[in-house]
Parts: sequence; structure tokens; C-alpha cells
Amino acid sequence: MTATLRQVGLDIQDAEENRALVDAIKADNPELTIRHLPGLLKLQAAGRLVINRETVEQKLGRDWDTGEFQLAIVSYAGNFSEWDDDQIIVSWEH
Amino acid sequence: MTQAAPRAAAQKTRKLPLKERYALLTRDLDWEPSYVGKEQLFPYTSYEGIKIHDWDGWQDPFRLTVDAYYKYQAEKDKRLYAVLDSFAQSQGHLGLSDASYLNAIKLFIQGVTPLEYAAHRHFAYLARYLEGPAPRFAALCQSIDELRHCQTQIHTISNYNKYYGGFHSWSKMHDRVWYLSVPKSLFDDAMSAGPFEFLISISFSFEYLLTNLLFVPFMSGASFNGDMPTMSFGFSAQSDESRHMTLGLEAIKFLLEQDEANVPIIQGWIDKWFWRAYRMSALVAGMMDYMLPKPVMSWKEAFELYFEDQMLGGLFPDLDFYGITPPRHVEDAIAEKDHLSHQVYKILHNFSFAASFTTQTPSEEHSRWLAEQYPATYPQLYKPVWDKHARAEAAGGRIFFQGLPQLCQVCQIPMAFTEPDDPAAISFRRSEYRGETFHTCSNGCQWIFEREPEKYVQAWLPVHQIYQGHCGGATVPEVLQWYGIQDGDNGEYKGSPDARSWAQWHASAAAQGV
Repeated sequence: MTATLRQVGLDIQDAEENRALVDAIKADNPELTIRHLPGLLKLQAAGRLVINRETVEQKLGRDWDTGEFQLAIVSYAGNFSEWDDDQIIVSWEH
Repeated sequence: MTQAAPRAAAQKTRKLPLKERYALLTRDLDWEPSYVGKEQLFPYTSYEGIKIHDWDGWQDPFRLTVDAYYKYQAEKDKRLYAVLDSFAQSQGHLGLSDASYLNAIKLFIQGVTPLEYAAHRHFAYLARYLEGPAPRFAALCQSIDELRHCQTQIHTISNYNKYYGGFHSWSKMHDRVWYLSVPKSLFDDAMSAGPFEFLISISFSFEYLLTNLLFVPFMSGASFNGDMPTMSFGFSAQSDESRHMTLGLEAIKFLLEQDEANVPIIQGWIDKWFWRAYRMSALVAGMMDYMLPKPVMSWKEAFELYFEDQMLGGLFPDLDFYGITPPRHVEDAIAEKDHLSHQVYKILHNFSFAASFTTQTPSEEHSRWLAEQYPATYPQLYKPVWDKHARAEAAGGRIFFQGLPQLCQVCQIPMAFTEPDDPAAISFRRSEYRGETFHTCSNGCQWIFEREPEKYVQAWLPVHQIYQGHCGGATVPEVLQWYGIQDGDNGEYKGSPDARSWAQWHASAAAQGV
């Protein structure tokens, strides 16, 4: 059980075009902590982080492909355990 | 919003799901060879002893297809070039925190940019010679990425070359200059290994374990010191880097899952390459703590955040499932986190008369910051050294080390690190091979040497090469000329051409009331 609680993280560029994305991640991951470093936002959560296309589209007010996340990400900690049309999930596997 | 929804639904039905698109455009483009054998087509994937039973076990979590790859890469370049243009057009270089900041960028273009090119070459080789279509395509994308990184870095930094010294001849310097043999020899070591060891060395140890520690501090440092272009190319490159990290993690999991016999081989490579990559990151440690006029985060804090928390705390418990343990000698790296940057910058400060950047004794303000970051070591062990330099400089002097340092046979850094448990004793390891003595700087480098002595006895050690007469001559000016270092690129920052130009540009701006 403790194994699933290890921190996973996403580092995202601190930019205007990523505001809605970060809001969506905040909405879908209530336990999220955000640390500001120059130029980037460090998002961390215990065990698992999820990005839902629908939430991002709601916040953004337009269509959004999960592939567009490639434009926002700087780095991450964990493993992409899912990346399909609707969802991106970062977690540790074992 | 309300109008977009039905359009989106219509579009989604036309488009194949990501998983299917990936399967069709990546995996299904592979074919079975008919008129040559597999061993002839892929001759390099057996001699390292790695056993692969099913190449289709390789997963790419990004599910990248060639059309998506070019679409997103083009968008990244477009964003980057907009930043570069506006920075150049607005004389953005005058808004840097200080001209001495650019020493970090000189180190970057001389030390790191050529590695991007080396990575481009080697991933092109993997894109041809790995047997599975999925890793081949991932390697192809990475090869193109690395070329993009090399080109965008050259293009970005060329703007500074118009105004500041030390930015010319970096490619020649990478092949010749003493401190640049540290990164160069690491990549040469990786590129002369087999394809699987290369994946563990560069994709896993370098890209996954340590990339954050190597790149993110440079980029946050750039952001904090007014260097928008470097920050932009850095983050643009880092977005590719997260794909490269994924390739590294996928590579290790794939190899471990394929056969139990792979586990000890992989563990040996992790043990070797953690230490190799970590030792090279010592240069980044010195940069972070001493070269940024406005420091962002200490080396120690970055090491704890990105390596101890995320890797030792997060990744290695995951790999424990496969029987992989944290890298050998990791405890030595942890033990020296309070010392590393100070010892490295002392070396650079002592020898910058032979470098293509300048150094300076930390100011009182900077020294206070260092004392806050390193309360257990800086005030007692390192501040007194800088105070001594400051006294000599106040009297009109500048201390440079006269003579050439002994280099570690493996990492090629001057032998100036101390014992993990005794900051007063130089860590000095001795090994014998074929009746000759070889020296290494640490338990980690000695272990690596003794594991493959026949490889490391061939090292091109810059100091040995000078003594053997291969570097332009026997005097400092002759060697500097051979290095491509011009007068003013090197030495002390205060009073250097960069410092004088900076003062002049800002004085005239002040006089005009700008």
C-alpha cells in the first residue's frame, strides 16, 4: 500500500497557453501540490496523476488532443501508464 | 463552447483512435526480411549477451506517429523562433542579470551542444540496427530531436557571440580542451559500447536518472537571470526530453522483462553509468552554485529533489520488482553533496586561465547565500579559501594554479575531490594494469576502471597529451592557441573584455536616462 503513495510529478512550462491545462489537472487531482520555480510549475501528487481530455477542453473552451500535452511538459517523475485519446495517467507501476 | 461540441464529435468519429493509429503507422510498417537473414540485417544485437524473445513487447507510452511527431515539433520550433527574434530585436542581452552569467552558457555550448550532435548520430544508428519497429521508430524520433536541439542551441547562442567573448570555436574546443574532455569522453564511452549498453547509459542513466539535474537547473537559471532564449530552447528541448526519458524507462523495463539473464548485465550497466553521468554532472554543480549571478537552487537541493526524492524514492522501488537495486556508490554521491560544487568551482577558478570562460571569487552577498545553503560545510571549509583569494585580489593579485593537474583516468576531472568521510584528504585511488599504474578520483571511477581496464587505458587525457607534445607546444600560450582560446576569453571575470563592455553599455544607457 505504501508503494502506491510514492510521489509522481509533472513539470510544466509556466506559460499563458498552459493555464487551462494546469487548472484542469488541479480539478481532477484534488491532492495536487504545485511548486513555482523560475519558468516552470512542478506538480506533484501521491501515487497517481491524471489528465482528462474532457476537463481540459472544458477549461480551454476548444478541442484538445492529448498529444498537445507534449507541448507543455518539461519533465516528469513516474511512468506514463496510460496515454490514449481521452486520458493521460502518470503513476508508479510496482 | 456550445458550438464546438458537435463539431468535435463529428471529427472524432472520422479519426482512428490513437492506439490503432500507432499500431498501423509504426508496427505494421515493419516487414520480415526475405533475401537476407535476421542476423545479417541486425548484426549487433547479440554480442552483449542480452536476450530478447519478443521485440513486440516494447511499448511506447507516447504512441507517437510520424504525422503527430512533425506537427508538434513544428509547433515547438515556431514558438521558440518567435522568442529568439523578439529577444534579438529588443537588445535583450542587455537585460541579463550580469554579463558574468554568460559563463554558464559558454560552458553549455562548449560542453553540452556537441553531445546533442553525438546523440543524434548514435540514435540514427539505433534507428537502423535495433530489431523491433517500435524502438527503431522511437530512436529515429530521438535522433531528429537531438539534431534539432543541437541546431536550436547554436542558433540561440549565436546571438551572444555578436557581443561577448568565448562563444566562438566551441566545436574545436570540445575536441581539445581539458574540462571539455569530461563530457566528450563520457559520450565516446557510450557510443563505443554496444546498442543495449548505450540505451542504459544514455537513455536510462543520462536521460531518465539525471537529465533533470543536468538541464532543468540550467533552464531555471536562465529564466531567473533574464536569458529568455536559453530558457525557451531549454524548455523546448526538455519537452522532447520527456519522450527520451520514457524511451529510457521503457528500454530498461523491456530488457528486464525479456529474460532473467538480462538482470545482472543491466545492473552492472546501471552501476557504471550512474557514476559516469553523476561525475560529469559535477560541472553542472559548479555552474549552479557559482556561475549564476542570481542563483536559483543549490546543487544540494536539486540533488535531493530530483535525484534522492524522485529517483531513489520513486523509481528504484519500482525497479526493485525486477531485482534491480539502487546504483553502486550512490552513497558516495549522497555523502559529497555538501562538497561537490565547491570543489569543482575551486578547480575552475584555479585553471580558468586555460578555459574559454572566466571565473571570479564569490562576492560577499553570494558567499552569504552559499553559507545559507551549505551551513554544515561552507563556512568552515570553503569560505576561508575564498577569503584568501579576496585578500590576494584586494592587494592587486589573482591566484591561478601554476602547473598541470593530474586527471582521473575515467571521468577525466582533475584529482581534487576529497574522501567521502574526510574533507581534508584527497580521494586518490590507484590501480595496476599490464604493469602500469593508473589513478582514479573515487571508489566509483576506480570500480569502473577495474571492470574494463582495456577500455580506459586508451583514454585521451588532456594533460598527458600536452606532456606528450600533441597540443600545440610546451608553453601555455601555445596550448591556448591550439585550443582556439583567444586572449580575453579566459581568466578572471573582473576587468575582462566582457565585464568592461557590460559596464560601458550600461553606463551609457544610464547617462542617456534609459
